Amino acid sequence: MDLYEYQGKQYFARFGIPTSPGAPADTVDEAVAVADRIGYPVVVKAQVKVGGRGKAGGIKLAGDSAEVRAHASAILGMDIKGHTVGRVWIERSSDIAHEYYASFTLDRSAKKHLCMVSAKGGVDIEEVAATDPGAIARCHIDPVDGLTADTAAALVAEAGLHEEARAQAAELLVKLYTCYVEGDCDLAEINPLILTTDGRVHALDAKVTLDDSAAFRHPEWEEFAATETLDPRERLAKEKGLQYVGLDGFVGIIANGAGLAMSTCDVVEQVGGKPANFLDIGGGANAAQMANALEVISSDENVRAIFINIFGGITRGEEVANGIVEALGRVEIAAPIVIRLDGTNAEEGRAILAGRASDRLVSVPTMIEAARRATELAQGATR
Amino acid sequence: MSVFVDETTKVVVQGISPSSQGLYHGLRNRAYGTQVVAGTNPKRGGDVVEGIPVFASVAEAVAETGANASFISVPPRFAAEAIVEAAEAGVPFVVCITEGIPAHDEARVYNLLVRDFPGTRLLGPNCPGIISAGKCNIGITSGDIALPGGPVGLVSRSGTVFYQALYELTQKGIGQTTGVGIGGDPVPGTSFTDVLAAFEADPETRAVLMIGEIGGSAEEQAADFIKDHMTKPVVAYIAGVTAPPGRKMGHAGAIISGTHGTAKAKMDALSAAGVVVAQNPTEAGEKMAGIVRDLG
Repeated sequence: MDLYEYQGKQYFARFGIPTSPGAPADTVDEAVAVADRIGYPVVVKAQVKVGGRGKAGGIKLAGDSAEVRAHASAILGMDIKGHTVGRVWIERSSDIAHEYYASFTLDRSAKKHLCMVSAKGGVDIEEVAATDPGAIARCHIDPVDGLTADTAAALVAEAGLHEEARAQAAELLVKLYTCYVEGDCDLAEINPLILTTDGRVHALDAKVTLDDSAAFRHPEWEEFAATETLDPRERLAKEKGLQYVGLDGFVGIIANGAGLAMSTCDVVEQVGGKPANFLDIGGGANAAQMANALEVISSDENVRAIFINIFGGITRGEEVANGIVEALGRVEIAAPIVIRLDGTNAEEGRAILAGRASDRLVSVPTMIEAARRATELAQGATR
Repeated sequence: MSVFVDETTKVVVQGISPSSQGLYHGLRNRAYGTQVVAGTNPKRGGDVVEGIPVFASVAEAVAETGANASFISVPPRFAAEAIVEAAEAGVPFVVCITEGIPAHDEARVYNLLVRDFPGTRLLGPNCPGIISAGKCNIGITSGDIALPGGPVGLVSRSGTVFYQALYELTQKGIGQTTGVGIGGDPVPGTSFTDVLAAFEADPETRAVLMIGEIGGSAEEQAADFIKDHMTKPVVAYIAGVTAPPGRKMGHAGAIISGTHGTAKAKMDALSAAGVVVAQNPTEAGEKMAGIVRDLG
């Protein structure tokens, strides 16, 4: 889960990482009240989970309450790359002497954490990496050992941060690592990390991605999850515990396992169809989960046929079949269903489905044939 | 021959109780012919469940039964601890199928094993396990989809495409030496490269089918290994050819950012290493059938 900037900063604050004083606001009046409280000048920042807000006019400096009123009313409701701004973050403006960059993420090829620090912050770091790779100091951190104060100090020196920023930046880096590890982040990034004209180092932005798998040990994440904006189909799927990604085609896909779901999309596309979605019902899915999946797929009006592709391992064939039967009784499913079922208890599952077979529920023995059949049915329905 | 496990492998199922997934799959594995010699459960030491003696710890199970492999299917919050317990007990081969282990736990456990327990190989987590056709099945693969006798070694990141690929081979009458599901998580204990090296060294494996997926760089690393070290023919399929960039497809492993980690980048790297690249699992099976025919 990606956090909004203000949530990232609130998360940083839990780990003692310094940020500018500020607060979120959902209305113009609230924005003015926040600004009056924290003191001028302030920056009004659009809260969207997409880059390029500054260029789009989503970040404005305000010297008094009239300016806050003007900027907040322009920014709230603004569309930034398809994201509507529903909330702004108001924070005290900082006098910036220098802008830096710092981040932690997992380097999957090295199987260790990667820390990156640069004196060239405030700009797109991928561009710095491409044009001036030497400007980024990198260090792999063994998760067993963690990040020591000495390593942090060496990194900020290697990155060429200004002398007067180094001690504070090294201390901040250790706190950011703690936030990254104890806070179960996939990514913890500060760009820019600034040195103010009066000699303080703090985070002017916060980009945090949380590892959804760790949610069980972070009850405090619930408030973040509540603010997540998803495509309505994706929200429904998430509520039902399904892995769903909306696509723009017309063949609804249900498969077990991310790999098979992707592979099913591949095959549908290769036989001339267009997948309407990626949906993984997960390992060990039961009848209720299959019924939920069919409900989600049926809520997409672009779906002209549904292809259910199950290869049971931990998922049992009779559960899948019972789920389909249950869903047929529970939900109005307009599109015909093509099913291909193999693996654990597939025969039991096929026997259950055989009792319900019709032109609306077709069992097909192989993945390719099933993809063809579903595509034909979908195209027939479109004509 | 098979790699990593065979008919002499003795398995301890960690976290066993009458209603556990571990018992369900452990019994299926035993029915396949696997020697399931023990279970563990801190609260049920001394019990016998379905004929499987239960011990309070892995160390006890190893001491009493000579178990040399473990099977873990405990919930995510207990999985890291379970893996470390097996390593501390000196178990050389640990299969963990648990899905949804936090990435930080995985990274820590992986590096702990590398440093302190070099004698333990972890397969997974979030994997279907390993099947040595006709000899040993540890994990959740339905045993009847594998065909003994070789000559193909199978390695896959995706679980269900692993089954699909086994099935495609079996349907064509092509046997397998071993099928290894390495799992789709960010930090797998065993990599493509580890398995490819084992297949290259195994005299009965004469060709390898590799199933990758989008995201990360494991397939590119495998391509480098194949180019430099493999003499045996390799066929590959990468799931997610048509996946849109920037979207997380189900699990942490499968995300594309920019051009890095796309199916195309991986397929190009594999082709350049001399691998026969297929567009879907069925085509992969067909291409492998051609290669096996040529091997004679």
